[in-house]
Amino acid sequence: MTAVTLSRWQRLRQSDLWHSFVRDKVAMLSLLVFVLMVCAALLAPLLAPTNPYDLAQINIMNSELPPMGSAGSDPAFPLGTDAQGRDMLSTILYGTRVSLLIGFGAVVLQSVLGILFGLLAGYFGGRVDAILMRIADVQLSFSTLMVAIIVGAVFKASFGNLMFGDIAVYLLIFIIGVAEWPQIARTVRASVLAEKKKEYVDAARVMGFGARRIMFRHILPNTLSPILVIGTVQIANAIISEAALSFLGLGMPETQPSLGSLIKSGFDYIQSGSWWITLIPGVVLVVLVLVINLLGDWLRDVMNPRLYKG
Amino acid sequence: MLAFLIKRVAQAMLVMFVISLVSFAIQDGLGDPLQELVGLSVSMEERQQIREELGLNDPLVVQYARFAGKALRGDLGVSYFYGEPTVEVILNHLPATLELVIGASLIIFFLSVPIGVYAAIKPRALLSRFFMGVSIVGISIPVFLTAIVLIQLFSIGVTVTVFPEDTGWGHWLNEALSTNGGMPSYGRGDALVPLFGTWESGFFSQRGLLHLILPSISLASIMLPLFIRLIRAEMLEVLQSDYIRFAQAKGLAPRRIHFLHALKNTMLPVITVGGVQVGTMVAYTILTETVFQWPGVGLMFLEAITRSDIPLIVAYLMVVGLIFVITNTVVDLIYGLVNPTVNLTGKKA
Repeated sequence: MTAVTLSRWQRLRQSDLWHSFVRDKVAMLSLLVFVLMVCAALLAPLLAPTNPYDLAQINIMNSELPPMGSAGSDPAFPLGTDAQGRDMLSTILYGTRVSLLIGFGAVVLQSVLGILFGLLAGYFGGRVDAILMRIADVQLSFSTLMVAIIVGAVFKASFGNLMFGDIAVYLLIFIIGVAEWPQIARTVRASVLAEKKKEYVDAARVMGFGARRIMFRHILPNTLSPILVIGTVQIANAIISEAALSFLGLGMPETQPSLGSLIKSGFDYIQSGSWWITLIPGVVLVVLVLVINLLGDWLRDVMNPRLYKG
Repeated sequence: MLAFLIKRVAQAMLVMFVISLVSFAIQDGLGDPLQELVGLSVSMEERQQIREELGLNDPLVVQYARFAGKALRGDLGVSYFYGEPTVEVILNHLPATLELVIGASLIIFFLSVPIGVYAAIKPRALLSRFFMGVSIVGISIPVFLTAIVLIQLFSIGVTVTVFPEDTGWGHWLNEALSTNGGMPSYGRGDALVPLFGTWESGFFSQRGLLHLILPSISLASIMLPLFIRLIRAEMLEVLQSDYIRFAQAKGLAPRRIHFLHALKNTMLPVITVGGVQVGTMVAYTILTETVFQWPGVGLMFLEAITRSDIPLIVAYLMVVGLIFVITNTVVDLIYGLVNPTVNLTGKKA
């Protein structure tokens, strides 16, 4: 068992990926920050001083305390408290967790849809291709955020506020996943078109393998690197989309806040001078999205797939 | 050309048909008009009768045909909240959004072209690298957050006191980092100038312009990095091409080469992307208008959602869909006209 992991580790050490990673300080720093944030989010129940979902731990008398370093701050709340008296540090840890969960979930869903439709369109071509790519074009011309807002609005109107809040996580993953699938489908289709012409696909076909086997076992592994690149950037996009939907009130409810809904609830108090309730989660959101984007940029430079422009 | 035109228009109509189907499905699935019309005391028999009279028991195809027929005549129902025809409500809110989009587009155009060209001509210059770095940070900041930060900085104001006030440099730094605030961050102001019809413009009064500044910058902030990067990338590609080298060899002035010959071909793809981005822009107006309480169609749409004003939601979808389809078609046609290499007939080469 150890021998296998060791050889894998050695293979990684000798790969181009590792070499360019060690040389690129921005990528290393980004990955470090990203891993730290993911760990902090995963360990939120252990790290957070209070549980923001537990109403018994909240004291309204502690509301709107400023963060450390400003006049009137309380050392028990290093990042201050929000308007309901919740500890900002705890809500941010839990909020990052929700944002990351939705971001990853949405990308998994859109990858499944995108890979499936992209493979079908690229492999079969003809009418299947025309129909699927037409749908993708129309959806993209509307911009993914617009589609997400409309679907979110329809869901909100049909489920009602209470029920929407209960299943908001799943709905948001669904909405963002469905709104963004064309991005991945187009990338997959482009690389399938390139792979399809190669000899190994002909060989597989001559050997009498079925279309399904050729698509998933032979072509798909060779299209993974562009999917990885665009998938990384899509996580950042999904997190931003989630934040935007939550900010519009079409996302996570305040009782189970994501970073976006924290920014939204804090925005109501910015005019009264409580800047930290909205700006601290905002900074966390920007750092999270920025490091993912920087990692995506680095991956693209290393793997250099001919991505679809735009 | 004619074949291309017909093909694109047919495509646009097909898309519009799909949008109308979706809108109809939403209207049919979400709202029960009867609930809005009658009270609780109305008996089942009477309800059935009203349903019959309104045609709610007709087959879906007949109902859709009626919906589409009315929509073609510009009748998209009456808003529950405003009690006015939805199309009128939207037309009343449209000027505010249009002015916001125009303001943002002006900012994007006048900043992205010079910066993008500069970054392409001098890719290694410190300033170019600075712009490219700022642009990736810019892409990572959601538009509503930019708006909130702008409000904090220029509307509320920031007083920095972290540096020691008794030293000269501390006082200077505190002063330099503090902002006054005072910029309007709410609505369009009361100094609007009537243009024509219901269009009241904020472009012609000082206060109206002041109200436009922060929302326009916010809306522009999300597109600006994208355009800078795009113009830079396209320009770099164009600068490699033979005709530019020929022009250089001929001894033309660099300024003439860059701004006359290279820029012309750079702007071609930028126009297409710009046209496609109109859709994204409309989506972001919803966010910007929410932050600044800007009384445009975006804010109206969001309010319609919270009020479950289904006719207004549906009408918004149809109108915005129409705007998208028209801009995309026009951009495609312009591109086909401007770029002679585009295959207009659709024949395989």
